[in-house]
Amino acid sequence: MSLSFLLAQSVSGLTAAMFLFIVASGLSLIFGVLRVLNFAHGSFYMLGAYTAWQVAQWIGTFTGSFWLAVLGSAIAVALLGGVIERLLLRHLYGRDDLYQLLFTYALVLILGDVARVLWGTQQLSVPRPAGLNGAFEVFGAVVPHYNLFIILLGPALAIACWLLLSRTGTGRMIRAAAYDREMLAALGADVGKLYTLMFMAGSFLAGLGGALVTPVRSIVPGMDVDIIVEAFIVVVIGGLGSFWGTFLGALIFGQVLAFGILILPGFSIFAVFALMALVLVVRPSGLLGRPVKG
Amino acid sequence: MQPLHRRIPWAVLVFLAAACVPWLGSRFYTFLATDIAILALFAVSLNLLLGYTGLVSFGHAAYFGIGAYTCAILMKTYGVPFALALIAGTANAALWALLFGAFCVRSTKIYFSMLTLAFAQIVWAVCFKWNSVTGGEQGFNNVPYPNMDWMDALPLLGGLRAGDKFYLVVLILTGIAFALIKRVVGSPFGRVLTAIRENPERAEFIGIAVQRYQLAAFVMAGAFAGFAGALFGIFNRGVFPDFAYWAKSAEVLIMVILGGMGHFWGPAIGAAMLTVLNQEINAHTVYWPFILGSILIVLLFAFPGGIVGTLSAGIARVRRRRDA
Repeated sequence: MSLSFLLAQSVSGLTAAMFLFIVASGLSLIFGVLRVLNFAHGSFYMLGAYTAWQVAQWIGTFTGSFWLAVLGSAIAVALLGGVIERLLLRHLYGRDDLYQLLFTYALVLILGDVARVLWGTQQLSVPRPAGLNGAFEVFGAVVPHYNLFIILLGPALAIACWLLLSRTGTGRMIRAAAYDREMLAALGADVGKLYTLMFMAGSFLAGLGGALVTPVRSIVPGMDVDIIVEAFIVVVIGGLGSFWGTFLGALIFGQVLAFGILILPGFSIFAVFALMALVLVVRPSGLLGRPVKG
Repeated sequence: MQPLHRRIPWAVLVFLAAACVPWLGSRFYTFLATDIAILALFAVSLNLLLGYTGLVSFGHAAYFGIGAYTCAILMKTYGVPFALALIAGTANAALWALLFGAFCVRSTKIYFSMLTLAFAQIVWAVCFKWNSVTGGEQGFNNVPYPNMDWMDALPLLGGLRAGDKFYLVVLILTGIAFALIKRVVGSPFGRVLTAIRENPERAEFIGIAVQRYQLAAFVMAGAFAGFAGALFGIFNRGVFPDFAYWAKSAEVLIMVILGGMGHFWGPAIGAAMLTVLNQEINAHTVYWPFILGSILIVLLFAFPGGIVGTLSAGIARVRRRRDA
């Protein structure tokens, strides 16, 4: 096993981890504040990928067209999330967890078929943006510019979100809502608006992840179900609702997948589920999470 | 004296009517009836957790899959007779339910659901990757029917096709299983489960070992799911990793909610509805998931009690008006 091979594996693990972090952080935010485990998060990711492709088709290729498509699709998905939260999900808040879970699962079924009708079942892909076409060579390992960009974007996004959460008024409200929403509502804060905002922010991250992934993975039906299971594993390992926990969870997940293949071929998928079960048994609130109230 | 509609043994009537299906002469009806009988048992077994104990398992398909694989592999690879393989499949499902359940019942609410999901996915991953035993992704195919020649000696049954004979076997076995589960939920043990559902803290205070009861319910539900899975593998003539996948767990949850988890037969009715609907709709369109999702949303918003819950609320309203 050469150094270049190990390096290539860990880079691919890191890239996968950062994609996963972008998506899973949205899931974690939504759970942290709304206490809803959103199965449809993977569907939003898939819609992000498809809309990015669609927008790229419409606007053609010019400098910055890729970024426009990515941003446009993330915003579109965020708006869809907002509409769903306002019109439907809102009415299920007082009800049993099971109903919310099943509602988001119904969305998975519906959105999956909507995507099938709109975009068919053939594989689609979006070319890499012009500026990030090339690749570096580090110790004999080939690292595409785009992968490096994603590896840098993940932590940048994490820091930006962390600053937002810890330094701004809105961030303070979000943390308060995650800690004790009844108290926040009693203090006169508009918790309803905050929920819509958070659901949109979470959906935005899912759409962003889906749009950014298009140059490196093909867009296919079923990508929604694949990613949601992975995102669940990541947020559970890191701690449901814990932001840095999600980051850590994504890093662990990426490396277990990348190196698990070398140690036990075919059983890396087994290993990640086993890890998820282990964390839930030993420390249900996750590696960095704190126990959840009620 | 109970009112007339309570004195009629509805379950027995349905059972007798269902036993006539092979003589309708249609392969399709027998196929559908077998499908419904098995899935109804699967759904009722989940309701033991969901409706009676208040535990939301998101990994119930694991035990269905374990039962199916164990029974099918024993019958085909090792030539074990059906009766023994069925018992082994059920026992194996119960064993894994005991092992996984022992961890799951220590978690609460969403963590319980996530843990059942994680364990189920482990089972799925093993079935998916263990090619030499389970056939991996391709599934475990050509599972044989049990030997049903003894039926030829019985009156009326001689001329039946293998599918029809197996249906009768399934009907009798699931009938026994339903009767057992009904006994369990009506017993003092079942009452304790209901008390735990209503208020776990209070149940703990009055001296009930909540987790032990929850585990017992989990094992029982797993065993009946394994029993249903074992029958389903033979009926389906093959076992696939999908049997244990989380989408299957979601499907059976939907059956329970559709029928209504507040009533013993609710989940069975939900299973029957969903199976018939699936057959009808698949004949016309490939967009079954869309329709299922839409049904689910209507259900969650308009009829949270499911079919049975809505019907019994309606009947109660009519009766109140009549009595008033």
